Amino acid sequence: MAFKLAICSGKGGTGKTSVAVNLFQTIRSKWTPKIQLIDCDVEEPNDLLFFRDAKQQDRSVIHQSVPVIEESKCTFCGKCSEYCEFNAISIMPSVQYAAIDPNMCHSCGACLHACKYNAISEIKHPIGELSSYATNTKTDILEGSLRIGSPMQTRVIKELKRAVASDSEIMISDAPPGTSCPVVETVSDADYVILVTEPTPFGLHDLSITVELMREMNKSFGVVVNKAGLGDREVYKYIKEEKIDLLADIPFDREYACQYAQGRLLTDTPPLIEQAFLKLAIDLKNRIIHD
Amino acid sequence: MIEITILSGKGGTGKTGVAAAFASLAKNAVFTDIDVDAPDLHLILQPTILETQQFEGSRIASIDREVCTNCGICKKECRFDAIHYRMGGGLEVNAFTCEGCRLCERICPVRAIHSEPSKNNFWFVSETRFGSMLHAKMGAGEENSGKLVTLVRKEAKERAKKQNAAFLLNDGPPGVGCSAIASLTGVDHVVLVAEASKSGFHDAVRLIELVQKFKIPISAIINKYDLNVEISRQMEGFFVSQGIQVVGKIPFHTDMVNAIVNRKSIVEHLPKSPIAQTMVKMWDQIKKSVKEIS
Repeated sequence: MAFKLAICSGKGGTGKTSVAVNLFQTIRSKWTPKIQLIDCDVEEPNDLLFFRDAKQQDRSVIHQSVPVIEESKCTFCGKCSEYCEFNAISIMPSVQYAAIDPNMCHSCGACLHACKYNAISEIKHPIGELSSYATNTKTDILEGSLRIGSPMQTRVIKELKRAVASDSEIMISDAPPGTSCPVVETVSDADYVILVTEPTPFGLHDLSITVELMREMNKSFGVVVNKAGLGDREVYKYIKEEKIDLLADIPFDREYACQYAQGRLLTDTPPLIEQAFLKLAIDLKNRIIHD
Repeated sequence: MIEITILSGKGGTGKTGVAAAFASLAKNAVFTDIDVDAPDLHLILQPTILETQQFEGSRIASIDREVCTNCGICKKECRFDAIHYRMGGGLEVNAFTCEGCRLCERICPVRAIHSEPSKNNFWFVSETRFGSMLHAKMGAGEENSGKLVTLVRKEAKERAKKQNAAFLLNDGPPGVGCSAIASLTGVDHVVLVAEASKSGFHDAVRLIELVQKFKIPISAIINKYDLNVEISRQMEGFFVSQGIQVVGKIPFHTDMVNAIVNRKSIVEHLPKSPIAQTMVKMWDQIKKSVKEIS
């Protein structure tokens, strides 16, 4: 079984992708090539931008099942609409009208159970894409991408995870920002979660709600402070008071921020930052062996 | 009353910093923070909460073990894989994966399953030094952030109309998923805060595609443009080609971070700084374009 790491943040733009991509690179070159990176930020997937030589291996469309109503069998009784907790079905008996909004549907199947007349069946509705890439000889990066206009990001993440081959030793999942269902889905099977924050009031506030979520989910986690040197010291006080492991303190470096902007995270990394990731990788390795 | 939502696609591009600056400039406006997953605007506007309301989130099922016969029908039919046999026997629902569809509750032959709406979400009506603000606190790991966004916007709109406010200014969520969609349906204008980086550009393109589906006019701000002047130029070219006006560019400066640390908008923190002056110009430009359209 692969050891599953997830990278989360609460606040966006704290450096989840930077940490995921750098950690992937460090572990791959210094520890084991049996590693996979899974970009679960399906609303805005970015990991791949930093691997210019990655070759696409496969691409497939992700679907959800949505119901269709066969009007010749439908009696417009409205039972399916009553069963639908997501307001995706409108039935108007007076004008014999039945319609389903696939963008509201959660594919739960309740309407199929509601209908006594066999008038409902399911079809496939596209909600996103799944792509796999190889950075050297074998597939090691997977990316899910939500179709624009679809609100089904959690489902895309679920399907993405189903597609992961399990012959790797380490899996790194790059989560979306926030603390709601897509983050829960990303973290749900993680053995360890790295929370990336920045030393500002925004970073601290969003870290604290993410910590709350991790504790509710009973996850082991530690914190990486990115852009250290900017902002204030409050985040360090919080980490200390809450007895949370500070995994790494990655200094803010304007030059490096410029490299990031260009999509160059993995070449000419400043020595201080390279060392921080190496230390983080060693720390994680010790934790995994210890477990 | 004109409703504007600030969006970005990518997180951390500076939406809230811009929202705070505009809040300190807009006269006669109502504000919301509809990034309900990770709201931060209140850290700057420091609202006094006048009213707290509960928002009923999605339902979560639970199984009464006294009644349950362990037939396993619910487990078999649950499409979210949320029902499992627990150690020591008996079935249980994983509250984090349950989406509240109630299918299990409806098909249980012995009626052992009940569901309750989550009571873990709140929304607030507050007063700030710049005017009324509506915001929310979503319970960690909750579903339905889109519905909460819609509710906060609806309540804010009513209040803005009552107060005869000129603007309703929404600080939106990152991404292009359900909360982003809920934050922009029916608004008059979108302000895109884009970051001059490869990922910022990539994500802005996806957001623009989404906003254009709803045929809402966009004004763009390029933040941290000096981190990569070349990408900033490419973005500007792309925006113009899409009929999007670039109302201004903001350099990367620690003044923005320090303003946040001091719990102030950049306009309050350093009113004479070039960034504050740019904020003033951008807000004037947005007001102008919004009025021309309406």
